[in-house]
Amino acid sequence: MTAKLTLRNGIAAALLIALALLPVYVQVMHAPFLLTLFTRIIILALAAVSLNLILGFGGMMSFGHAAYLGIGGYAVGILAHEGVMSGFVQWPVALAASALFALVIGALSLRTRGVYFIMITLAFAQMAYYVVSGIARYGGDDGLTIYKRSQFVAPVNLSNKVQFYYICLLLLFGTIYLVWRLVNSRFGMVIQGSRSNDTRMRAIGFPTYRYKLTCFVIAGTLCGLSGALLANHTDFISPSVMYWTRSGDLIIMVVLGGMGSVVGPVFGAIALLVLEEVLSGITEYWQIILGPMLLLVVLFARGGIDGLLTRIGGKEQA
Amino acid sequence: MTTLLQVENLAKRFGGIVATDDVTFNIPEGELHAVIGPNGAGKTTLIAQLSGQTMPDSGRIRFGGTDITGLPMYRRSALGLARSFQITSLFLDLSVLDNVALAVQAHAGHSFHFWRDARKQPELRDPARAALVRAGLADRADRPAAALSHGEHRQLELAMALASQPRMLLLDEPMAGLGPEESARMVEMLRELKQQYTILLVEHDMEAVFALADRITVLVYGRVVASGNPDGIRNNAQVREAYLGEADKEEGAVHG
Repeated sequence: MTAKLTLRNGIAAALLIALALLPVYVQVMHAPFLLTLFTRIIILALAAVSLNLILGFGGMMSFGHAAYLGIGGYAVGILAHEGVMSGFVQWPVALAASALFALVIGALSLRTRGVYFIMITLAFAQMAYYVVSGIARYGGDDGLTIYKRSQFVAPVNLSNKVQFYYICLLLLFGTIYLVWRLVNSRFGMVIQGSRSNDTRMRAIGFPTYRYKLTCFVIAGTLCGLSGALLANHTDFISPSVMYWTRSGDLIIMVVLGGMGSVVGPVFGAIALLVLEEVLSGITEYWQIILGPMLLLVVLFARGGIDGLLTRIGGKEQA
Repeated sequence: MTTLLQVENLAKRFGGIVATDDVTFNIPEGELHAVIGPNGAGKTTLIAQLSGQTMPDSGRIRFGGTDITGLPMYRRSALGLARSFQITSLFLDLSVLDNVALAVQAHAGHSFHFWRDARKQPELRDPARAALVRAGLADRADRPAAALSHGEHRQLELAMALASQPRMLLLDEPMAGLGPEESARMVEMLRELKQQYTILLVEHDMEAVFALADRITVLVYGRVVASGNPDGIRNNAQVREAYLGEADKEEGAVHG
């Protein structure tokens, strides 16, 4: 697929450039809170992109994706608490732990379909939530403060906010590229075929279970990376990052941004978190405004923000 | 001629309903074998068991000498048993060419290839295009499957079956819901495919069945009541009573 110059691609490109230039703006305008906000947005966008791989492309409606945020975060937090500061240990452990968790959950839940799949993924994530809440050594309910961010070799320094922002942004770009390659590969065709019609896939000779499980593990691992970043960003990790409402937030980002579009979830993450920031400044009950907006998107803009941009662009060309 | 498909004492019940009752028949290589019977005779259940979608309660299915009774769908498909669906079962949100390319990919080894763009691989796209040409859909390749007419969906079903390089086709009512013109086209297409493939055809359209079949098996309430060449079946008293007398009604139901 060659990239065509459409409204939607133009906006996506402009957005990526704006994200890349944001720290400059922050310097000039002395608005450090923007850097903090957008670091957070980028990290959660990475999680949403990973969820979209299974939800948008694979049709696997996981309601427990935030569990990997917690697992990745706690891998960093617990290792730091035990005196292991090296990011070269912390991050691989975060990814491996997420992958393993995804493998176990996926192996069991992918044998079910529809509502059962949603409920099982939800149940596992809640189980992880309560297990972590019960471990007093690592703060239990109150969470765990991380006194020192993951250490890498100089000049990489995660405590430098601008540098950390760019690291997150590069990882987001890398993840988007990876997902884009994945969904268009033979593997991706199997995943999309299975979303479209799983019975038929098996009838023409694909053992879809193992492909879906692989996809599930890849998505979980990528979200574990997001969790490791999140823990470093907030210098803190608590069970609340894996609570089911957080999984719901990730789903909202994906649906709002556009399911089955590689960059859609980035739109969704930005839209949701900026709205949250702006609306919560106006009223304490900001969700009352957000709710109807979401309804409108689901009812009238299927395909989310990305789908909307594509359609508007298409009309202008015609 | 060697026997390609061998079905022995196949039985399947759903609760109190006997869907397949001690069914035995053989299909030699190269034959077009039609299975007919009134509604509810267990034709689709039979195909489901042959393709591996449903497991029989007892009995045995051999394909090319291999016992496939316990094999899952994808393994049977890999052995060369291709099924088309009665109710159109496609990848509606993918393009027509993608649909067929997936059928090609299914038989091109495993699909744990994560990097190269599958839509740019000639080893998948070329055979897919060739199958579309054979099924008469070459000019529809890049449209979404959802945008095709019902008749074209049936053609796409056929293209997908062909693209999997099968040894045998299991066709479940390929003519269902087609208009007279589309039906005639489908009959021509099947006549041509018959030269190359062994085919098991389940079909309501009697005209088509008697025009195409080398042999016919008649099922009533899951039981084989007759099996033989078209003339023999046409003149079989038991069949006339059980089935052909209702043919007018059946046709009405199908086209109505």
